[in-house]
Amino acid sequence: MTKKEWPLWEVFIRSKQGLNHKHVGSLRAADEVMAIENARDVYTRRSEGVSIWVVESKNIFASDPSDADALFEPANSKVYRHPTFYDVPDGIEHM
Amino acid sequence: MDKNLFEYLLRLGDDSLILGHRLSEWCGHGPILEEDIALTNIALDLIGQTNSILEYAGKVEGAGRNADSLAFLRFDKDYKNCLLVEQPNGDFGVTILRQFFFDAYRVPLFTMLQNSSDEQLAAIAEKSLKETRYHLKHSSEWVIRLGDGTDESHARIQSALDDLWRYTDELFFSDETDADLKARNIIPDAAAVKTEWQKTVQAVLTEATLSVPTNNWKFEGGRKGLHSEHLGYILAELQFMQRAYPNMEW
Amino acid sequence: MKELDITELERKFQEKIDNEIRIEPNDWMPDAYRKTLIRQISQHAHSEVVGMLPEGNWITRAPNLRRKAVLLAKVQDEAGHGLYLYSAVETLGADREETIDDLHTGKAKYSSIFNYPTLTWADMGAIGWLVDGAAIMNQVPLCRCSYGPYARAMVRVCKEESFHQRQGFEIMTKLAQGTPEQKAMAQDALNRFWWPALMMFGPNDADSPHTAQSMKWKIKRHTNDELRQQFVDITVPQAEMIGLTVPDPDLKWNAETGHYEFGEINWDEFWQVVSGNGPCNKDRVDARRKAKEDGSWVREAANAYAEKRKARKAS
Repeated sequence: MTKKEWPLWEVFIRSKQGLNHKHVGSLRAADEVMAIENARDVYTRRSEGVSIWVVESKNIFASDPSDADALFEPANSKVYRHPTFYDVPDGIEHM
Repeated sequence: MDKNLFEYLLRLGDDSLILGHRLSEWCGHGPILEEDIALTNIALDLIGQTNSILEYAGKVEGAGRNADSLAFLRFDKDYKNCLLVEQPNGDFGVTILRQFFFDAYRVPLFTMLQNSSDEQLAAIAEKSLKETRYHLKHSSEWVIRLGDGTDESHARIQSALDDLWRYTDELFFSDETDADLKARNIIPDAAAVKTEWQKTVQAVLTEATLSVPTNNWKFEGGRKGLHSEHLGYILAELQFMQRAYPNMEW
Repeated sequence: MKELDITELERKFQEKIDNEIRIEPNDWMPDAYRKTLIRQISQHAHSEVVGMLPEGNWITRAPNLRRKAVLLAKVQDEAGHGLYLYSAVETLGADREETIDDLHTGKAKYSSIFNYPTLTWADMGAIGWLVDGAAIMNQVPLCRCSYGPYARAMVRVCKEESFHQRQGFEIMTKLAQGTPEQKAMAQDALNRFWWPALMMFGPNDADSPHTAQSMKWKIKRHTNDELRQQFVDITVPQAEMIGLTVPDPDLKWNAETGHYEFGEINWDEFWQVVSGNGPCNKDRVDARRKAKEDGSWVREAANAYAEKRKARKAS
């Protein structure tokens, strides 16, 4: 007989139409059907959502915090990706 | 006063009241936290229904009683819930099967009551239907999981089925009260509700690999105020504060 | 890992903490930090879940439908809060099941207040007002805790708990303005819950050896005594406002310090209850253990069914 716990699921909720699904927490459920229902009961008791995604936690791959410098530092030097990098002459609008 | 409508509203409201009471007994004792929360949600929906149905019953009666005085201050024989809802929680299998039988009855009932010639009742049905559909989804899935889960869970829920089956016929109880209301298009035909119930029950029990007991012995009495021994204890708790400290505001 | 590396990692870790940068699950953290958090968050989770029992005790006896629904919703919230917190513990690598087993074997502690019985309806008021009031005072600073998942769980908990204290105070107010029997019931509940509520903040600072380290790590932002004082200062006027008497003959306002002075807490009682000898310790843990044992066949069935379903889908 299996004594193991139900798998862990990560829950993402869209709080209203037009917004991204956002990670709100996790819970345990035996399968995806139950995970959605449990998410509904646990994380939307106060009408916090209009849509739910669940992903089994083991299927999430995360970047390694010790690689953070290598992954994210290079972007800091690419200031030209931001509109404020550019000079716009006075008097020009709608740009 | 529309005596028959009042009577019917008590039957409808008391079902919600007593089943809500039973489910609330689970709070803090569920098989896993997630399910504890789910059962409590259903209990909260049922208490909400109780409030709107009995409040309306009080208005129909016109004797100055509100939802609270009806819920807490009647004598035992004046409660008109069916016997199914007052049965003890038993193990989780008994609770979920009791819930399933009830939800499978309430969904078609509320669906049809939406067309009631009584506007207030139609409005209550419309609101309650949404939550009851969710209850049915939840309880059906659990019946299937337990029925088609392990040998132990199958045996347990089959035994729950053998015990509770005898209380299901009363869900479609129909007497002169119902006949009058049916004639005035206030309530649907009990047989029509039963047809839908049978479809749902058959589909779910088949998927759950469960079988209906061959013993066709049926109980009824709740709708007339003749209850099982369990109701007295429920009322002892439910009414404790109102009886021990009469006429106070809380 | 070389000792030098660890010193360097610890230095960097503390630097992050000092700069108010949150620590996230996969970041390097000292073992002691991890252990402290696992202990504290799981105790907190257990407190939420065990805390369902004393109030759950009155759901079926609530005096009217509104009170019943509110109480049910409140106790349900506590289950949710327990769940958020167990999830936070899991991000530290501690398994929920094992964490819960520690509660059931008596290895893990939970808030001592839940080992007191709820004897009357007024206790629902006293718990909401005093116990949730004290809990909020503890929890608000935890929303800024250095460990991200704990802080985020607390933000959610605090947002949801704002109604808990109010519903309790509303119950007390109603009773205090009611019949003599009701007023007596309210006063009796205050008498029984006042001191245990003060104990909720834990031992005096002098007897709380972990406080300094926890504050350095920004797990804790205020000392036990600071929070307790804040609670007394806020709560005493509330009691006066509704005409109830705080059961402390030594209680008096000190105009110079701007704080209330209050009597000595019975620390013997506190340690007795913490070590398992409170009036309800056994009942509480037994009830939780029973829930888990009674539910094991249900959890197994759901697992078995999920596996069957997966296999059928695959074939």
